[in-house]
Amino acid sequence: MARNPVTWLGSPTFPKAAREALQDTQLRQNLRKATGTIRGRREAAVAEMTDWEMLRVAGEQIKDDVLARLDTLLVQLEETVTARGGVVHWARDAEEANRIVLDLCRAEQADEVVKVKSMATAEIGLNEALEAGGVRAIETDLAELIVQLGDDRPSHILVPAIHRNRSEIREIFQRRMGIEVSDEPADLAEAARVYLREKFLTTKVAISGANFAVADTGSIVVLESEGNGRMCLTLPDTLITVMGIEKLVPTWQDLEVFLQLLPRSSTAERMNPYTSVWTGVTPGDGPQRFHLVLIDNGRTATLMDSVGRQALRCIRCSACLNVCPVYERTGGKSYGSVYPGPIGAILTPQLVGDMHDPQAASLPYASSLCGACFEVCPVRIDIPSVLTHLRAEVVEAKGRTPESVAMAAAAWIFREASRYEKAQKAGSLARFLARDGKITSLPWPGSRWTSSRDVPAPPAESFRSWWRKNRCQE
Amino acid sequence: MINSAAREEILQRIRNAKVPAAPQTVRGYNQTGPGGVELFAERVADYRAIVHVVSDVPEALALLKGKRIVAPQGLPAEWLIDGVTWLHEPLTIGELDQADGVLTGCAVAIADTGTIVLDGGEGQGRRALTLLPDYHLCVVRQDQIAASVPEALRRLEPTRPLTFISGPSATSDIELNRVEGVHGPRTLEVLIVT
Ligand code: SF4
Repeated sequence: MARNPVTWLGSPTFPKAAREALQDTQLRQNLRKATGTIRGRREAAVAEMTDWEMLRVAGEQIKDDVLARLDTLLVQLEETVTARGGVVHWARDAEEANRIVLDLCRAEQADEVVKVKSMATAEIGLNEALEAGGVRAIETDLAELIVQLGDDRPSHILVPAIHRNRSEIREIFQRRMGIEVSDEPADLAEAARVYLREKFLTTKVAISGANFAVADTGSIVVLESEGNGRMCLTLPDTLITVMGIEKLVPTWQDLEVFLQLLPRSSTAERMNPYTSVWTGVTPGDGPQRFHLVLIDNGRTATLMDSVGRQALRCIRCSACLNVCPVYERTGGKSYGSVYPGPIGAILTPQLVGDMHDPQAASLPYASSLCGACFEVCPVRIDIPSVLTHLRAEVVEAKGRTPESVAMAAAAWIFREASRYEKAQKAGSLARFLARDGKITSLPWPGSRWTSSRDVPAPPAESFRSWWRKNRCQE
Repeated sequence: MINSAAREEILQRIRNAKVPAAPQTVRGYNQTGPGGVELFAERVADYRAIVHVVSDVPEALALLKGKRIVAPQGLPAEWLIDGVTWLHEPLTIGELDQADGVLTGCAVAIADTGTIVLDGGEGQGRRALTLLPDYHLCVVRQDQIAASVPEALRRLEPTRPLTFISGPSATSDIELNRVEGVHGPRTLEVLIVT
């Protein structure tokens, strides 16, 4: 079987990548500023809701119900979409999904397609596959455009260019669009508007992801901010939507939960500027050909694991990234996957499904187990428990190797606030993290760690309270 | 059936996972809220949309005078006041792109989140009409304002093409700060009719 493109080919293991990222002060500064802003705003948006915990519980239960009845609900979705004039395709893996989409583009004789940001298509490496087949995919989401024009990798689920500050974005735009522009966000947004307008008005095929699909009505839901989504979902003749099989909700009513949970958790807004809902094809309004591609790509394997399957509840809000102390220091690209941060640490290795893959196997160690991710997760995924569970699987698969020792040591450092701070202040954290999977030096506190010692269960509370205090002062 | 082998295999693998049934979903969250014109107006304004509370729509529409405005089918005849160049369907993408703005009603509004929902019905038109012009003026009747998201969803027909609009087009992609005005209408103006 072909390798799963959810991880980037040739990515180093997490400790090695993190070691390099930690030396990039600009990156750390950009990240601290951006995540600090969004953390405060998310807290305010959530504090406004008196029933937030009830919404989280309902979100968890609805998604668990989806996982329990996934076969029936998918068949129901297929029926409702088909009844409204859509065509449903099934793909076992990335390769199969990419081939389906490429064939659909070719059938429309399209050599260019517009795309609205989608994690599913990034996961399967669709753009590269289309390119190889002679079809150019144009990303229309501002952050995706920044990544694409900068020949870069995404580093965040919601804001793939979060590692770039305004002056870096200005430089990329000037170089690639051949324009003069200031570094004012409004001017940069205007530049993107002008650059893409013509594409929206003339391109005949669009590709999107989906935030939700409603099984009982066949409705597909996309949340966005800029209006590039509406452009793609409305103007072209043909729309191809690629969606993970777990993105379902059983009924229209269930959306009332997620339309409240998602915007506040992701962009810290009461509601995102635009949400589009469409059901198959509507004569006289929008694309007259609609294809829905359902992808497995490791999800059914994840479903088999009774502890790990809760990762499939994820609605990709990115709140767990924004609160994660490890993510804030290392950035998203260290995770070597389109899914970075805490969710990436549990989802990516499960989608890869091979604990002998050193890069994937290093991801469950990319955490301090502080628990902040669980606290903010709108669908209550117990990320720390899944991490611990997956670490046990890594050790079982590989035994104790230099890699696992290095990773466990890194995890041990990230785990306790005092060690972490001291290690970082001493500038030793980056040096400490293993190069080539080997520990080259063990300054304090790593020197106290030995390979025979099992990583002790930490008093998570101490880290959490420390983290809160320190976060407020930043 | 397009690729029945893939379909069968995926469904079979799901069945093999034998995921236990989930407990009945507890909907203990709020079904409704305070609602009202004032809250809706305040929340729409929070997105930096322009809001007016009016009693006479034709009078308020004087602000459109001298402009070329798209008029979707089904707008009340008295809204089509003199002094405005009204653009009627059929309109090409280019014509929509060149218009100064669009005037619509809506299907439902949500006080709690300051959201307007269009469903392509009378006085709203197909989705491109409210997307390409750079300015959108939306008239919301008091009785169309639902208090909460759950209340609004109950009033909507899910199989119609729906667009939920909360403020003008915006992005948070540059240093995670909201900036208004990317691809959708850069100005959203709302007339609330009491
Ligand atoms: S795991 Fe939870 S917090 Fe993280 S992206 Fe998914 S839904 Fe959001």
